[in-house]
Amino acid sequence: MAVEKEYKVIGTRPIRHDGVDKVTGRALYGADYQAAGLLHGRVLRSPHAHARIKSINTSRAEAYPGVKAVVTAADLTASQDKIVDLGEGAVNLKFMCDNILAREKALYKGHAVAAVAALNGHIAEEALELIDVEYEVLPSAIEVRAAMQDDAPLVHEDMKTDEMGKQSENSSNIASHFQHKKGDIEKGFAEADVVIEHDYVTGTVHQGYIEPHNASAVYNADGEITIWCSTQGAFNARGQVAEILQHPVSKVKVVPMEIGGGFGGKISVYLEPLAALLSKKSGRPVKVLMSREDVFESTGPTPASYVRVKIGATNDGRITAAEAYIAFEAGAYPGSPVGAAAMCVFSPYKIENGFIDAYDVLVNKAKTNAYRAPGSTNVAFATETIIDEICEKIGMDPIEFRLLNSAKEGDSRVDGPVFPRIGFIETVEAAKDHPHYSAPLEGKHKGRGTATGFWPNFAFKSSVSINVNPDGTISLVEGSTDIGGSRASIAMQAAEVLGISAESVHPTVVDTNSVGYTDVTGGSHTTYTTGLAAYEAAQDVKSQMIERAAKLWEVDAKEIEFADGIFRYVNGKEEEIDFKGLAEKLGQTGGPLMGRASVAPSGAGSSIGTHIVDVEVDVDTGKVEILRYTATQDAGKAIHPSYVEGQIQGGAVQGIGWALNEEYIFNEDGQMTNASFLDYRMPTSYDLPMIDAVIVEVPHPGHPFGVRGVGETPIVAPPAAIANAIYDAVGVRLTELPMSPERVLKALGKI
Amino acid sequence: MRAFEYTSPKTVSEAADLLAEKGDLARVLAGGTDLIVQVREGKRHLERIVDIKDIPEANVLSYDPQAGLHLGSAVPCYKIYGDKAISAAFPALADSTHIIGGTAIQGRAAVGGNLCNASPAADTIPALIVLEATCIIAGTNGTREIPVEQFCTAPGITVLQNGEFLESLKVPAPKSNSSSFYLRFIPRNEMDIAVVGAGASVVLDDAKESIVSARIALAAVAPTPLFAEEASVLLAGRAASDESAIEEAAEAAKTIARPISDMRGSAEQRVHLVGVLTKRALNGAIQRVKES
Repeated sequence: MAVEKEYKVIGTRPIRHDGVDKVTGRALYGADYQAAGLLHGRVLRSPHAHARIKSINTSRAEAYPGVKAVVTAADLTASQDKIVDLGEGAVNLKFMCDNILAREKALYKGHAVAAVAALNGHIAEEALELIDVEYEVLPSAIEVRAAMQDDAPLVHEDMKTDEMGKQSENSSNIASHFQHKKGDIEKGFAEADVVIEHDYVTGTVHQGYIEPHNASAVYNADGEITIWCSTQGAFNARGQVAEILQHPVSKVKVVPMEIGGGFGGKISVYLEPLAALLSKKSGRPVKVLMSREDVFESTGPTPASYVRVKIGATNDGRITAAEAYIAFEAGAYPGSPVGAAAMCVFSPYKIENGFIDAYDVLVNKAKTNAYRAPGSTNVAFATETIIDEICEKIGMDPIEFRLLNSAKEGDSRVDGPVFPRIGFIETVEAAKDHPHYSAPLEGKHKGRGTATGFWPNFAFKSSVSINVNPDGTISLVEGSTDIGGSRASIAMQAAEVLGISAESVHPTVVDTNSVGYTDVTGGSHTTYTTGLAAYEAAQDVKSQMIERAAKLWEVDAKEIEFADGIFRYVNGKEEEIDFKGLAEKLGQTGGPLMGRASVAPSGAGSSIGTHIVDVEVDVDTGKVEILRYTATQDAGKAIHPSYVEGQIQGGAVQGIGWALNEEYIFNEDGQMTNASFLDYRMPTSYDLPMIDAVIVEVPHPGHPFGVRGVGETPIVAPPAAIANAIYDAVGVRLTELPMSPERVLKALGKI
Repeated sequence: MRAFEYTSPKTVSEAADLLAEKGDLARVLAGGTDLIVQVREGKRHLERIVDIKDIPEANVLSYDPQAGLHLGSAVPCYKIYGDKAISAAFPALADSTHIIGGTAIQGRAAVGGNLCNASPAADTIPALIVLEATCIIAGTNGTREIPVEQFCTAPGITVLQNGEFLESLKVPAPKSNSSSFYLRFIPRNEMDIAVVGAGASVVLDDAKESIVSARIALAAVAPTPLFAEEASVLLAGRAASDESAIEEAAEAAKTIARPISDMRGSAEQRVHLVGVLTKRALNGAIQRVKES
């Protein structure tokens, strides 16, 4: 490993810049938006999972006192088939529009059908009851395997399957089908001494952010639209709104408010175009809020899935072949994260012979969306529990098996890409060396399990500008929504370059008119990419400051260097000035100074985590208690270790929830029956031990400080680790998520 | 949510009149932890809410080792489990009031409200049944009393007639060598609604070795909380350490369970849990007598 560089700011734990506002309740979230003449919007949603909309009559609602505007799909002019590129993959404009307001058919329970703006929310709610919608209820496709059958009800009558670039002849709910092949799969299985294959089923899971979606909009008479909302990416939201409304992108300004969690679920817009349309019709500012029920039923959860994995290995523990069949529920429109699942299913193992067969399948449920390492958790549940079973059969410690089969720099994934330097072995060794791994576990029905999670991480685009203040501080302007402490981790990277303290940086997240283009806070890219932009912008400031020092001392800039926060002569001449001292003299050396950078790096460093969990199973009730949990993860370089630990802990907790109780429960008509935090059972603090987060640092060569994104990886391993621990405790292997008490009881043969 | 009238009468008769006037369009507010949610979510449309927290009879909380407990219907949960004498005398009631919602909810939520909301899964009702509580119902024509196990008639429905409301509950003083226990099964450890709940009370002989009498009650396995009479009766005269007796009672309790399958659990899971929880409740109550 490279020799650890010495840093002054990086690796310390300063108080986050937005901390005081958040703990005092002063931070402004979307629902806090106020304006003179503000109207309140509510959305009418389909009660049916699949229904033809025969007519919508809004006249009674429009006549209701206090109602100022009503909109339906008829107000959206852009509903046409057109492929638009919003920077992160192409989307069909018609699908985007139809998801905002249903046109010919309502495709899931909760699908928006109309929206009302009124003097207050109560009037708006009452007006929704006055909108007459005539539905013809249709049979629905609500489960992935059933939806793939030839005789399944079609979500879109004219949907053809994209078969690796070719269109199928017949209509189908399978929106796309693709394969990855490597080596000779048959030869690989023939070489195996042990082959294990199982089917796995996982339920629909929501991100569960605490803050419901919200959007406020002002549509001015001159066509200028301003939107205040809770979004992971203001520029991305701007692009979607502009396309959906067929409005010039430069005439849409998105102001990102503070965000109460997103985890991938606050990238797609839902309410923003509705608020804008209602404002256009009423001529007044409009604020639209979702209820928790709306959030569950009408935003994008992560897909339910059916996965079949088969792995072969030799008696001495070498994987010889690995095969996966992956079918994901896309929801009502194409675009599940099945592609990402195919990247992750056998990573980060060295697989010589592999085959992956993957399907994106339409069902009558809300269009799915990203959720923290989208797709990886579903497939890791399969691969990592099969590895545990192989180890049991051949009598090998799963930790040793992972060390033996780890992919290394230069090895290729089954889907093609070649691994750069990754920290798999290091996280496995950290787990092995942790006291948890060797601690005695005594008592009946207790067990220990391990699993590894992988996420490739992404590199998008970011911009940062820096203004130098006369008191020696800097104002850092960025476009990345701060979800998990990124103001701090980005500010710290600029501070390190300029030799100033973290507190001397004033970071602000601004609207789309006030900073260069910046992609969403997602893909675990923010600390990496926006951090890189901050680093480059600070370098720009540094070189300009050197020029100012040269001007001050009336010498050539080449004669001056900057190190440890001090400008001094290269040749050792004694005169020197620190950053603050020079900042005070900007007025006399040429005036204001600002640095800037826009970056679009390639090759984010993958992040890998290895988890250990101890459980106790109540064999009479089927309830699984988490006794102890340790998560190791490669962070490349932890800029602010507290927030890296926070990400590891938060991800592990969401993975535990997914493992044990979280799922959408649907009735036979495709209606969700548990759309509340009471019955959609996320873990509470009573259900969790302290998660011991262990940061491993294998620097990413593509970042000046070695940063790897850390936000997504930690959700991946928990379900598999817990399944392995349950097996260790009571001798049954569960293959369905969540591993709820009822499923555990069934596996134990108690019911 | 539609506009409604809020009233806060000071006397029992005033409250009864306010309720009688509006019939089904009026509803009593105690802690409001169920009612406010129902109104806000549009599940109940009301024209009048009658807040009983200003009525002295609804706020009574007195315990006497001879007379027993007199519990006003608006008394919040925390006052019950926060009272050492009451908790010691009626442990099942302390158990159940301690697990309704979180701490903040327990500061407002009332046992009377839990009873009148008449959820099949209500945690306090099995506790009240095993403790042989009596409901004191006030109305425009005075008060009447009925045993708590007869109070609920269907999910959300009670014996309360137009103009009537639950004024208070009376719980007899505990017999010597007796104790009680309530527990529920939830997939998480807090903030959940019972998949199944079970309460038990037992009276042992002076040697604390054999069971003189027992009462078992169940929640979330039928349209109303149930008194498992047959299972209770068969325990009389059996040894407290006789696991087969406990097992027989658990099996008998299972026979009266007629649960539905819903998002909180399947019917077969619930029937199985009745057996598990009945045993745990009985053993818990017996253990408490032995430790006392």
